[in-house]
Amino acid sequence: MSFVPGQPVTAVVERVEIQKLRQGENLILGFSIGGGIDQDPGQNPFSEDKSDKGIYVTRISPKGPADLAGLKMGDKIMQVNGWDMTMVTHDQARKKLTKKREDVVRLLVTRKSLEEAVKHSKCSYPKH
Amino acid sequence: MSSNSLLCNSILFNFYSTKSQQQPPQERSRDRHKSRSKDSRSEKSVTINTPPAEPLLGDTAVRGEQVQDDNWGETTTAITGTSEHSLSQEDIVRITKDLEDSVGLDCRRYFTRTLAIILGLLVFLTPLAFLVLPHILWPDKLQSCGTACEGLFISVAFKLLILLLAVWALFFRPARAGLPRVYVFRALLAVLVLLFVISYWLFYGVRILDSQDENYQGIVQYAVSLVDALLFIHYLAIVLLELRQLQPCYSVCVTRSTDGETRHYNLGQLSIQRAALAIIEHYYCDFPVHNPALLSASKSRAAKHLAGLKVYNVDGPGNNTAAGIAHSQSRAMIAAAARRRDTSHNELYYEEAEHERRVRKRRARLVVAVEEAFTHIKRMQEEEQKKAPGDVMDPREAAQAIFPSMARALQKYLRTTKQQHCHSMESIQQHLAFCITNNMTPKAFLESYLTPGPTVQYSRDFWRARQWTLISEASVTSGLKDGTIFLLKCVDFSLVVTSKKIPYIQMSEEYIDPKSHKFVLRLQSETSV
Repeated sequence: MSFVPGQPVTAVVERVEIQKLRQGENLILGFSIGGGIDQDPGQNPFSEDKSDKGIYVTRISPKGPADLAGLKMGDKIMQVNGWDMTMVTHDQARKKLTKKREDVVRLLVTRKSLEEAVKHSKCSYPKH
Repeated sequence: MSSNSLLCNSILFNFYSTKSQQQPPQERSRDRHKSRSKDSRSEKSVTINTPPAEPLLGDTAVRGEQVQDDNWGETTTAITGTSEHSLSQEDIVRITKDLEDSVGLDCRRYFTRTLAIILGLLVFLTPLAFLVLPHILWPDKLQSCGTACEGLFISVAFKLLILLLAVWALFFRPARAGLPRVYVFRALLAVLVLLFVISYWLFYGVRILDSQDENYQGIVQYAVSLVDALLFIHYLAIVLLELRQLQPCYSVCVTRSTDGETRHYNLGQLSIQRAALAIIEHYYCDFPVHNPALLSASKSRAAKHLAGLKVYNVDGPGNNTAAGIAHSQSRAMIAAAARRRDTSHNELYYEEAEHERRVRKRRARLVVAVEEAFTHIKRMQEEEQKKAPGDVMDPREAAQAIFPSMARALQKYLRTTKQQHCHSMESIQQHLAFCITNNMTPKAFLESYLTPGPTVQYSRDFWRARQWTLISEASVTSGLKDGTIFLLKCVDFSLVVTSKKIPYIQMSEEYIDPKSHKFVLRLQSETSV
């Protein structure tokens, strides 16, 4: 999950598709994001590497669209509808998530448990 | 009250070192029931009336005050080794020293001045004598000197003029104090100048007068070198007398013994007597005036403490461990006083609160009265003065006109704050006229009465203490050192002075590039989407 300059970022991601909910004038997704390259990475409670300036999910509204889609608190968002989220400012991330013309956002998120699950699955099958 | 205590004589055995020239005068007291006089250094905090035991010869110094009881005059003849009617050796010495002090101080001032004038004349006339003597003694043999000589004459003249002005500026200033001992640096400089001039005269006499040298230019150059050297000695005098003590080196802490007012000053490297002089001059400007009326409250409280207990000696006289009795009795007194349920702190608290309230009320009345009084008069402009010559008053009359309306409030306030002896009616009216003349507001007028100002603010007769006594264990011409302690005693109180060295300050620098001031946002903003 950490970023080594010059090296490609590899991560195990989960695809999450969230249908936006119309609430009056706005389309909401039901979660809050934090982080960005213009923010202080040291204050991110969810990142493992405190220099990680990625976009993290900091709060999920219960029974909101994100909750129903399976997004969890502490997930790092890697892509939104194809747009990269690992090297964006906070405001750019918000804009990519709240485009008025899009009803659906397809996120690629990663979390620590995904890595462990993959590792676990790699080890548990004996090699034939 | 305290000036009368000079008339009461008390037996004082001083523990000051005899190195200092000034010894505080010894006095004899007949006050039996007062606690000890203010100058005593006795460590005991109680006065015990014990019947006089057999005084051991060496003990009289410590017990001098404790053996006074009601029958003192009748039953005891010798306490100190002298009787009441004879003069002891110490008395004789004291009298002669008093005489020579009162005569000696004036004599010394004139003596110093005369010496200085003689030295000055000698110094100024020497170069002129050097130049003139060859012309008088061997005018025919002398080579005439050309323009170079004349140039040297001009330089001698101007240098002498500069020297004259410089000496007048540095040395002939009105003396501002009479110090106990001679000013060491000045004396050394005078000796140096004298030796210098004498050596020049010797050389002149032997080499020039005796041999009747014809080279006049050489003589003129010799005279010029003398004047140059005198100017350099004057430079040395400036550095030693004026510049050396400018750089602060010691921090002195001055405390007044009666009420604990403390100030701190920075002084340079001075001798103790000159440091004392500087401190006295600061004292007159910085310390609030000494008001003995404010101290009576604590004294009466102290007296009440002692009056409560009475000690009975059941063992009877004739016990030869006299000191042992005194010790045990004082310990008993202290223990009893500690055990007693003392409510004096309660009284003090309520008394002070009450006093505070009273002072504030009187102050409010005073301020209102003065403000109202000031509205009764108005300054007349120039044009109005010509037009209406009616009821015009000069400042003094104006002050007298409005004074009665505020007089009562002012007097009550001064009485409450125990300042009424500091200000006379005349001085108040004078001050009022002064304030009116200078367009001061009522608040400005009142400022000198609401807070006790420094001693210089009060009228001349309040400066009673022109005579100060310097009490010091080290010699008064030695320099201030770290940990020097000395006393400046005046009639009513004394100033305790302690000095500390200002530490050596090691300063290092740190350079900050102006472009290095950069900031980042420490935000973790959270946006809901």
